[in-house]
Amino acid sequence: MLVVENLQVSYGQIKALKGISFEVPQNKIVTLIGSNGAGKSTTLRSISGLIKSQAGSIKFNGKEIRNLPAHELVKLGMNHVPEGRKIFATLTVYENLEMAAWTVKNKKLFKERVDEVFELFPRLKERRNQLGGTLSGGEQQMLAVGRAIVTGGNFILFDEPSMGLSPLLVDEIFATIIKIRERGATILLVEQNAKQALEISDYAYVLEVGTIPFHGPACDIAANPKVKEAYLGI
Amino acid sequence: MSTFFQQLLNGIQLGSIYALIALGYTMVYGIVRLINFAHGDFFMIGAYAAYGLYYALGRLFGAGNPGANYLVLFLLVLGGAMLAGGFAAVTANRVAYKPLRDKPRLSSLITAIGVSMFIEYFFSALPAIGPSFRGFPEVFPKTIIKIGTASVSNYVIIDVAVAATLMVVLTLLVKFSKVGKAMRAVSQDKEAAKLMGINIETIIGVTFLIGGAFAGVAGLLSGLTYPRIFPYMGILPGLKAFIAAVLGGIGNIPGAMLGSYIMGIAETYANAANSLIGEGIAFAILIVVLLIRPQGILGEKTADKI
Repeated sequence: MLVVENLQVSYGQIKALKGISFEVPQNKIVTLIGSNGAGKSTTLRSISGLIKSQAGSIKFNGKEIRNLPAHELVKLGMNHVPEGRKIFATLTVYENLEMAAWTVKNKKLFKERVDEVFELFPRLKERRNQLGGTLSGGEQQMLAVGRAIVTGGNFILFDEPSMGLSPLLVDEIFATIIKIRERGATILLVEQNAKQALEISDYAYVLEVGTIPFHGPACDIAANPKVKEAYLGI
Repeated sequence: MSTFFQQLLNGIQLGSIYALIALGYTMVYGIVRLINFAHGDFFMIGAYAAYGLYYALGRLFGAGNPGANYLVLFLLVLGGAMLAGGFAAVTANRVAYKPLRDKPRLSSLITAIGVSMFIEYFFSALPAIGPSFRGFPEVFPKTIIKIGTASVSNYVIIDVAVAATLMVVLTLLVKFSKVGKAMRAVSQDKEAAKLMGINIETIIGVTFLIGGAFAGVAGLLSGLTYPRIFPYMGILPGLKAFIAAVLGGIGNIPGAMLGSYIMGIAETYANAANSLIGEGIAFAILIVVLLIRPQGILGEKTADKI
């Protein structure tokens, strides 16, 4: 579904991605693990069009999409749930969902998806008229995931969905990611919480200072002694 | 007592004109963090558009003769002023501000000053407009209405009513319409808005359009009330409306309205007391308020720089 080849991104003189290649097959969960500054967020941001890349190719359903504007990619079915959730703080929960439906012209479909989100996260339903900024971190993450459901893309990028959440909430968010996959979506997940990310993923790539030293099925990567030492703390 | 009331009405009238200009300043600042110094010139363009349209259409509607259809004429002139102001604002955004969007903010600020001067000198150089004053026509006959001991011209009522209507429409639009919500979303977090599939340049364009159109209307109302127009007429009202927007809390829509009425009323009373210091009052208020509340009356504290 997504094929990235030799992707290079620089911030001025600093090369953040030194030509990485990977792919995300249809209906799979693929995870990128790596430490701070390895280039995980940069990878997601260049795929979803938030930043420009200097070289390489990103093919989405066979179409070259590198450096297309972010809002165009949403129309093609790509959703990016960004790091830090980026909830609109002065918009209500419901208005946040309305914004997520910017490209959804069918009102009935919008209502169905909102109901689905409220069923998944009853807390959001209770707080539907509350401002986004007044939600707790966990509720904000639910809303961020809820927005992705409302937008309804079939390819979803998750950037650190577990960041700053209690273990219980992390489980809930990961369970939701699995649910979203079961509905037919394809997922690219970036996590520092490597252990849990590997548990729910099919395939994993390890990112180290802008390169991918190794990759493989998630269970193999989880069993890899180097990964264990560096990322799983075992 | 009667003078007091009279001056209050004049102040509200002036405040209404300031409010229509200040809203554009504040909305544009809210969405792109730009102090658009050319905004006062959209006000001037609106006034000239109204002037031109009145002389082009006035005879058609029998202006000056009994039985003339003043209402339709006024609405057409109003529409023309809105279109002209909005068009000027959208053009300035496309040509001058959009290419600088990702550049340091100071570049846009200096550019805005450049756009403002360009418009003013360009209009002065145009043979059809020229640098000199022109008398603004009475778009419909002026009548005086007595309220108690005070007398009010129907122009006061028109100014206040038009401004109030537009402000209500804008408030509803921003609060309830999808575009209005997108305007709030974009002003808060452009990146997140992009990820929702919103083309932020379209929303920024709409904001300039509304701001420019409001300034255009203010130009028409100002022409009616203070019937003298010239290419530099936008500078001082533009500056005062900007102060009103800062006073209310820049980026905040109700703040711009509140700040404008405070400015308009204070300036009118100060002018009545002593016409020499009247103009200075606006700036004195600004300094005092900002000393006490740097973020403006309704503004929120941010660490944001101009």
